[in-house]
Amino acid sequence: MEAARQTYAAGKVQDYLKQIGRVVVIEGKELAVFRTSGDEFYALENRNPHPKGGPLAEGIVSGHYLYDPLYDWKIDLRTGEVQAPDKGQATVYPVHIDGDTIFIGI
Amino acid sequence: MTSNREKLVLIGNGMAGVGTIEQILKLGGNYDITVFGSEPYPNYNRIMLSYVLEGSKNVDDIILNDWNWYKENGITLHTGTAVTRIDGESRKVIAENGLTADYDKVIIATGSNSFILPIPGSGKEGVVGFRDIADCEAMLQAAKEYNKAAVIGGGLLGLEAAKGLVNLGMDVTVVHLMEDLMERQLDHTAASMLKAELERQGVKFAMGKQTVELTGEERVSGLRFSDGTELEAQFVVMAVGIKPNVDVAKASGIEVNRGIVVDDYLQTSLENVYSVGECAEHRGACYGLVAPLFEQGNVLAKHLSGAETKPYEGSVVSTKLKISGVDVFSAGEFIDTPEHTVISAKDDWKRTYKKILLKDNMIVGAVLFGDVTESANLQKLVKQGSEMTDDIYADVMGTGCCGGGGAKKTASVESMPGEEIVCGCNGVTKKAIVDAIQDNGFTTVDEIKACTGATRSCGGCKPVVEQILQYVLGDGFEQSAKTGICGCTTLSRDEIVAEIRAKGLTTTKEVMNVLGWKQEEGCSKCRPAVNYYLGMIYPDMHEDEKESRFVNERMSANIQKDGTFTVVPRMYGGVTTPEDLKRIADVSIKYDVKVVKVTGGQRLDLIGVKKEDVPKVWEELDMPSGYAYAKSLRTVKTCVGSQFCRFGTQDSMGVGAMLERKYERLDFPAKFKMAVNGCPRNCAESCTKDIGIVGNDGGWEVFIGGNGGIKPRIADSFCKVKTDEELVEICSAVMQYYRETGNYQERTSEWVERLGLDQIKSAILDNEEERKALAQRIDFALSQVNDPWKKMLNDDSTRSALFEKAEIR
Ligand SMILES: Cc1cc2nc3c(=O)[nH]c(=O)nc-3n(C[C@H](O)[C@H](O)[C@H](O)COP(=O)(O)OP(=O)(O)OC[C@H]3O[C@@H](n4cnc5c(N)ncnc54)[C@H](O)[C@@H]3O)c2cc1C
Ligand code: SF4
Ligand code: FES
Repeated sequence: MEAARQTYAAGKVQDYLKQIGRVVVIEGKELAVFRTSGDEFYALENRNPHPKGGPLAEGIVSGHYLYDPLYDWKIDLRTGEVQAPDKGQATVYPVHIDGDTIFIGI
Repeated sequence: MTSNREKLVLIGNGMAGVGTIEQILKLGGNYDITVFGSEPYPNYNRIMLSYVLEGSKNVDDIILNDWNWYKENGITLHTGTAVTRIDGESRKVIAENGLTADYDKVIIATGSNSFILPIPGSGKEGVVGFRDIADCEAMLQAAKEYNKAAVIGGGLLGLEAAKGLVNLGMDVTVVHLMEDLMERQLDHTAASMLKAELERQGVKFAMGKQTVELTGEERVSGLRFSDGTELEAQFVVMAVGIKPNVDVAKASGIEVNRGIVVDDYLQTSLENVYSVGECAEHRGACYGLVAPLFEQGNVLAKHLSGAETKPYEGSVVSTKLKISGVDVFSAGEFIDTPEHTVISAKDDWKRTYKKILLKDNMIVGAVLFGDVTESANLQKLVKQGSEMTDDIYADVMGTGCCGGGGAKKTASVESMPGEEIVCGCNGVTKKAIVDAIQDNGFTTVDEIKACTGATRSCGGCKPVVEQILQYVLGDGFEQSAKTGICGCTTLSRDEIVAEIRAKGLTTTKEVMNVLGWKQEEGCSKCRPAVNYYLGMIYPDMHEDEKESRFVNERMSANIQKDGTFTVVPRMYGGVTTPEDLKRIADVSIKYDVKVVKVTGGQRLDLIGVKKEDVPKVWEELDMPSGYAYAKSLRTVKTCVGSQFCRFGTQDSMGVGAMLERKYERLDFPAKFKMAVNGCPRNCAESCTKDIGIVGNDGGWEVFIGGNGGIKPRIADSFCKVKTDEELVEICSAVMQYYRETGNYQERTSEWVERLGLDQIKSAILDNEEERKALAQRIDFALSQVNDPWKKMLNDDSTRSALFEKAEIR
């Protein structure tokens, strides 16, 4: 499965504000990309796992957790796992940084 | 894949049945599970339909287990499929659409149906029960089209339906056969108090009336009573009772009385067929509440999973009405007879009532109205049939001084069995809570809520959860269970503010590091709060942290559920010009705004702007931000006033616009609304605003602490002033005092009640020096604010990071 991924350059580190999500559209797929205060990067599909959906990019970031903007669910940015007592999982995509360029695998 | 696991079929996808399945899964019961439900939804929380009707929840919010849950647990779910019968010979469950399922075990949990009075006209259009989502949707729809509604039945359901319909703007009359409301839970005194309270909230009553006919052509148009009188109504809710839904059992030859007869292990008369919930009759009793059915479900789940369990021996039921501002509680027996010893206390001024019934000195029942803090405790005592002692008496009735004390209350949770349900809404047992505390080292109710879900719905169980916490932590409780502003800290708001000042902390990060936050970067509750406190303390130096702001404030526009935004320009005092209106119209057309809405605060919402268009919309509007998203001054609503109104004695429009210009943009603990009226007719509704101003012949009267919204509160008269200068000084002082002493997210209505009107008066009215100092401090803070839309338009990199999508191919 991993081999089937294609990697895309998604801008520079400095294009992203710390702890504030940014929407990146790759080949028509909408992602929410987050830069933590420790400069780790995470990419999630910009779709809330809540049954009512909605975006994720506008949430509040704390460490490697996201508090989603619409329902205040706590989501682990590393795995997309929704934290108890809520349940669900957001889709995550691998990110790596080379120099100051961000690469996302789709 | 065929498996050799036993096949379990559940008939009825409701609270009792699925609750049982959840328990079975937890216990590791080894079954292939198939569920039939006649409604087209996954399992939802029926209790919360009252909130759906009231408007504080919607249907999606009340889903308990979504479609995924069934999938993940390998459960086959047939929704919209009613079962007709069980064939015990061939061991098959047969549905009306021909679907069948083989079984080894069956659970019947078909609940109840609304009881529809068998009177002429009850089949007409516009007559519904209050039972499921479909009924609820019919009510929401009716409220849009019709005005006059009648609810037949003054019990729990009827009253909740009536209040919901009132909230939806209908003119509602509750028709009740008896002279007392909720006569099956309340005595005459409590029922009268309840009626008076509901009347204040806008519900009308027709008591002692027997409905004999529903009139009208195809659609109902009114009710006729046995005394010949009539009532107009284009919509009728029947809430006169429920009847156990026993159709499947009957068709399958299972013994049925009022409900499906079951033994202490929920076994029906047909082998391998069980029944739980409202459709079941156990030892002659059918229950209409969730707590008993969770208790039944627990026993059945254990029985079916092969775990050891005590038999089910019946439940003591208690009742809580889910209407905001109406606290009633009853448990066990509630009507006094000569056999009872009655302890009671009624306070007409505080509108509270408390009654405890004893039989041979055993506590057998209780009724509370107005103040239900003792409800959890009493429920326990009634359940256990405890003997009345001096200590218990002091505890529940109060000793008149500082007596009572929390420590003793833990005695009752101590003796509570582990499998007893503490949170009826979410089916959480005492054991689950105790385990959660012990395994995770929890010290707060919030942590328990996050982990187990207890206290998450109606909140009625919170006192017991607190007591369990106290009991588990023992002596460690006092010190460690002190609740902070959120789960990240044990510090209170006042402590945090004091530490920031004392230690000169300047960023949220610093606050959290220095004060030992558990989650290093805080959460969505404390980060915005700390950011606010910092800004309040250092209005000139604090650099506002966008990343600690809720999305609406960060983007200076309101997010909608589909991810689009609402943009609201300022209209000072609710006054605009044809030129501005034209510009708003042009921009709305150009950016394809979905809806333009006039708000309750007298301005225009442009709803449905695409995220990337938001900055362009601001730019082209070229108007100041209306702060519809902010914890800040929202609007100053005004009436027409002396400029045009024949009654007006003061220039409300002018003063309203002046105040809005003066105080806009500053952060407050919560949103802040004002109104200015030209005369005491009060057309702009000062009584529900944070500050309401009413003109009179000699000047102005100022009101504070009003609120519409979910917890309405009428504002208190604060003072009268003669000149506009005095008016501004008072407003400034009140606002700044609130900024400095309010908890983040606390509206002035709560703030006034917490501090007490007298304290605020003495701080501001009796102390001229302090008043002037407060006014100066707010002026200083006001001198630091900027329009966020302008600011963002001048900051290219932030704007693009926040609003633009990066397109990559
Ligand atoms: C508006 C409202 C407010 C309430 N408030 C409270 C409260 O505050 N506190 C409280 O304790 N209780 C409250 N209740 C009562 C509580 O909701 C019920 O006691 C509880 O839901 C009963 O659970 P049950 O599983 O027995 O029945 P239900 O939850 O009604 O589930 C039965 C299910 O079986 C399905 N069904 C029926 N026949 C068939 C068939 N032949 N084939 C397939 N499926 C079938 C039905 O469609 C239904 O979904 C309230 C009820 C209502 C309606
Ligand atoms: S409050 Fe008085 S002045 Fe204002 S519109 Fe009403 S009647 Fe006229
Ligand atoms: S009993 Fe309703 S939330 Fe716990």
